[in-house]
Amino acid sequence: MTLGKKIFSGTLITGFILGIIFWGGFNWTLELTNSLSFCTSCHEMRDNVYPEYQNTVHYSNRTGVRAECPDCHVPREWIHKIIRKVEASRELYHKVVGTIDTPEKFEQYRLTMALSEWKRMKSVDSRECRNCHDYESMDFVDQGRRAVKAHSTGLDEGKTCIDCHKGIAHQLPKGWEEAAAKAGL
Amino acid sequence: MKKIFLFIFVMCVSIMINAEELSSLRGDHPLDEVSKVAEKKNWAKDGEPISRNYVQQPPLIPHKIKGYQINLKFNKCLSCHSWKKYRESGATKISQTHFKDRDGNDLAEVSARRYFCTQCHVPQANAKPLVENTFKPVDAVKN
Repeated sequence: MTLGKKIFSGTLITGFILGIIFWGGFNWTLELTNSLSFCTSCHEMRDNVYPEYQNTVHYSNRTGVRAECPDCHVPREWIHKIIRKVEASRELYHKVVGTIDTPEKFEQYRLTMALSEWKRMKSVDSRECRNCHDYESMDFVDQGRRAVKAHSTGLDEGKTCIDCHKGIAHQLPKGWEEAAAKAGL
Repeated sequence: MKKIFLFIFVMCVSIMINAEELSSLRGDHPLDEVSKVAEKKNWAKDGEPISRNYVQQPPLIPHKIKGYQINLKFNKCLSCHSWKKYRESGATKISQTHFKDRDGNDLAEVSARRYFCTQCHVPQANAKPLVENTFKPVDAVKN
């Protein structure tokens, strides 16, 4: 092989290996930001929504299967996840300026934040809920009376999970019903 | 002197207690034995409405209420049982008595004294009564 060819193939192989290292590192870092411990490292989350979530079925239940912060709030598919991570720069900004850094401020914005999440979930037909809860595999024989009725009629009507299951993981904000109805959620 | 008497008195009493068996509604067993662990009671699952035993009885809750929150911001029970929602949810609506304040005036919303549902309404579990009784509901209520 000529020198040129050697350099070329050497660069190619080195570049390939470096690429794997950097891509792996990038993904690993991204996944670090996709964990409960990372989300609760901010006191805004740790002191407000985390204790509320700890009282719910998604935190502690009979089978011990848990849904943590990213399971509901960060899409699983790569492209949607990256878009969400880019949008998270808004959250970093608000953390720096301290928009919700006291309990009073948090309560003030709770409705806004809730509506934003409900809107997002409705727009993707509760895609994050369906990461674990598959309507087609629901066994209505095992469900209670009210669940059977709600699921068999509601979902046929074109309702999505978040339409009925608002407040499943965190406390509902004051005045949520009127605001949600007005926003068409 | 007083101290010695007190000491002797306490010793006598403790011997007396140990000698007798302490009886309670949970059955007789001596104090120094490890007591039986109470069996776990399961909440009754979603079922048909339960009929009342007397007219003023707050109806029993025929479904599980685990995790249902009632606070200033939100009342989970009313999300199905309010007058606005009961038809859509298929639930029993709260009676008119829930809209009266303590002076008997009628209010437009649920009275604050009836807001905390679980002060009167309870779900059921497989807990047998500790004391048998022969209570029979009145004919008018019995079915």
